[in-house]
Amino acid sequence: MGTYWKKNQQRLAPWLFLAPGIAMFALYVIIPIFQSMNISFYEWDGLGDRTWVGMNNYVELMDDEAFYTSLKNNVIWLVLYMLAIPAGLFVALFLNQTVRGIRIYKSLFFFPFVISQVVVGLVFSWFYDPSFGLLNIALMSLGFEAIPVLADETWVTYGIIAAGLWPQTAYCMILYLTGLNAVDPEQIEAARLDNAKGLKMLWYVVLPQLKPATFIAVVVTVIGALRSFDLVSIMTDGGPWGSSRVLAFYMYEQAFGEYGFRMGYGAAIAVILFLIMMVYISAFLFKMYRDEKGR
Amino acid sequence: MFHHPKKLVAGILASTMLAGASFAGELVINTDTSDPAPKAAFEALIAGFEAENPDVKVTWNLFDHEGYKTSIRNFLTADAPDLANWYAGNRMLPYVNAGLFEPVDDVWEENGLTESLASAQGSMTIDGKIWGVPYTYYQWGVYYRKDIFENLGIAVPTNWDEFKAAGKTLTDNGVTPITIGTKYLWTAGGVFDYLNLRTNGYDFHMALTKGEVAWTDERVVATMNNWKELIDAGFFLENHAAYSWQEALAPMVQGDAAMYVMGNFAVAPLKEAGLTDDTLGFFQFPVINPDVPLAEEAPTDTIHIPANAKNKEDAKKFLAYLARADVQTQINDTLGQLPINKDSEVGDDKFLQAGYQMLSSTTGGIAQFFDRDAPAEMAKAGMEGFQEFMVKPERMDKILERLEKVRGRVYK
Repeated sequence: MGTYWKKNQQRLAPWLFLAPGIAMFALYVIIPIFQSMNISFYEWDGLGDRTWVGMNNYVELMDDEAFYTSLKNNVIWLVLYMLAIPAGLFVALFLNQTVRGIRIYKSLFFFPFVISQVVVGLVFSWFYDPSFGLLNIALMSLGFEAIPVLADETWVTYGIIAAGLWPQTAYCMILYLTGLNAVDPEQIEAARLDNAKGLKMLWYVVLPQLKPATFIAVVVTVIGALRSFDLVSIMTDGGPWGSSRVLAFYMYEQAFGEYGFRMGYGAAIAVILFLIMMVYISAFLFKMYRDEKGR
Repeated sequence: MFHHPKKLVAGILASTMLAGASFAGELVINTDTSDPAPKAAFEALIAGFEAENPDVKVTWNLFDHEGYKTSIRNFLTADAPDLANWYAGNRMLPYVNAGLFEPVDDVWEENGLTESLASAQGSMTIDGKIWGVPYTYYQWGVYYRKDIFENLGIAVPTNWDEFKAAGKTLTDNGVTPITIGTKYLWTAGGVFDYLNLRTNGYDFHMALTKGEVAWTDERVVATMNNWKELIDAGFFLENHAAYSWQEALAPMVQGDAAMYVMGNFAVAPLKEAGLTDDTLGFFQFPVINPDVPLAEEAPTDTIHIPANAKNKEDAKKFLAYLARADVQTQINDTLGQLPINKDSEVGDDKFLQAGYQMLSSTTGGIAQFFDRDAPAEMAKAGMEGFQEFMVKPERMDKILERLEKVRGRVYK
């Protein structure tokens, strides 16, 4: 034993240090993924016996209007949620100056990310309220018709995304603010001497240095868009008639909702959502791997 | 102390025996009765039971409504209380099928409940066994602004034509006839239930919720067409899909809407908001098809013994106590609802009296509610379809076809 340990110490030590992390990760992430896949082949109400139904849940999914609505909404979320990145960059550039009290302004802009998504959802529900909401009071005073954003199938998803962009912009802003701290002043100085300013300075000198921040911002925004659940649940409960559902919400509804408890079907949705996320996760891992190797 | 394990064990034994001597049993009750009135009713109920059974110590866990619907599944399997509240009809079916509720036929027989609670026996029976004890129910119907009706010279409508005429007078005077908030869907289920019960009758309604009739059946279409008449005439509150049922109370209180198709639990918040017995009234949902006997909607709330309960003996004592006429009188007096026991007294509140008279003279049958009569998945799809229909009535055929597809899958 003693000699084996001495011989292989170098090789074993990292694994020993990794062991607690690996165990946790396996227990709470890896194993549940396979459990979900397994459950998705059964019909199960979470209480009684499971019945093996093979691919039936997936076949049903392919013929389920609600699934396609959720999928479509997820795509809209993914695309529009990206607006948080330029918006966050803009706010960060705006706040990246040394004025008296700037810290207070920074905190105020960061505030929406700190408060709970539930509160964000409620605030925006009132903002959109068809009879006393600020939005419709403003619209009507300009002579437009009131829009019941959250009760209108064409507007509802955009309305919720707008609410989601508020905290997400704050998140991206913080990422860029820290990124801007790391921007090399000498390079800026050098660029100034070469007469670079304005947008050109931003595009050719500042942005390339912010690349790591942009990368993280994209990743958290993509994941944020895919797991957009709380806002949908608070603001519309998936309605009107299910037109604001996203996959994460539909999965919850089917598996744990008041009228759900179809664990197998919910698990099948979870697997599909996982596969979509997997595209981004692999891209992310691939890039990390490449960057590490490049060093 | 580890040197004397025997002493330690003896000490523990002695202390548990002491505890055992002072309490014959501990009774754990889980309920979601967290609103003020139900909470007070249960406090009184438990205090009363403890006074009569000093050897039983009751532990009461109070849950909030939404959380309870998920937690009940966990605690019934993992850490079962001795009693839990739930609902009659199809809502308890999953737990009965999974063997998580205990049949309580003996409680019914020993205490003569088949006699005194006879009206609810049907909705408590699955597979020939009785699965719990009902303690309260409440009527549904139309709550209306009496003062607005009087000012506009509208008499309480008793049939479909009068109902539509009343709506027309109201809209002509800038008042929305019916307020409703369909954000959480079930309110639309109540409207559908009444329209279908009045158009096709109780037996058809039950056959439909049991999955024996196609949603594309022309009788369902007839119900939907009646509904469409109301929608086209601007009967319902605009943008109702954005509101919960509580938010939809506001237009009625402010006098912008005159009626609400609701359960009796709406009376308390309406009165709190300032309406009185003089300004708020109740009437039975009007007749649509005169050939159909009048059926009503009256959901029943119940208490059950989980199959994994530890103290079933005292739990049965509690159920027997809960079923007693005087206890049901008292609990429903606090709840502002109707007792199931036929020997109980109904509170002298005018809405309770109206509901009691209506329900005790009902010949057509008593439905539980759309989401208690139909299985969960059908209920969800159905109510979502109703909400869509109320906003986009032109999609009727598409909606009914979708529901028919769900029916083909749900009832196997």
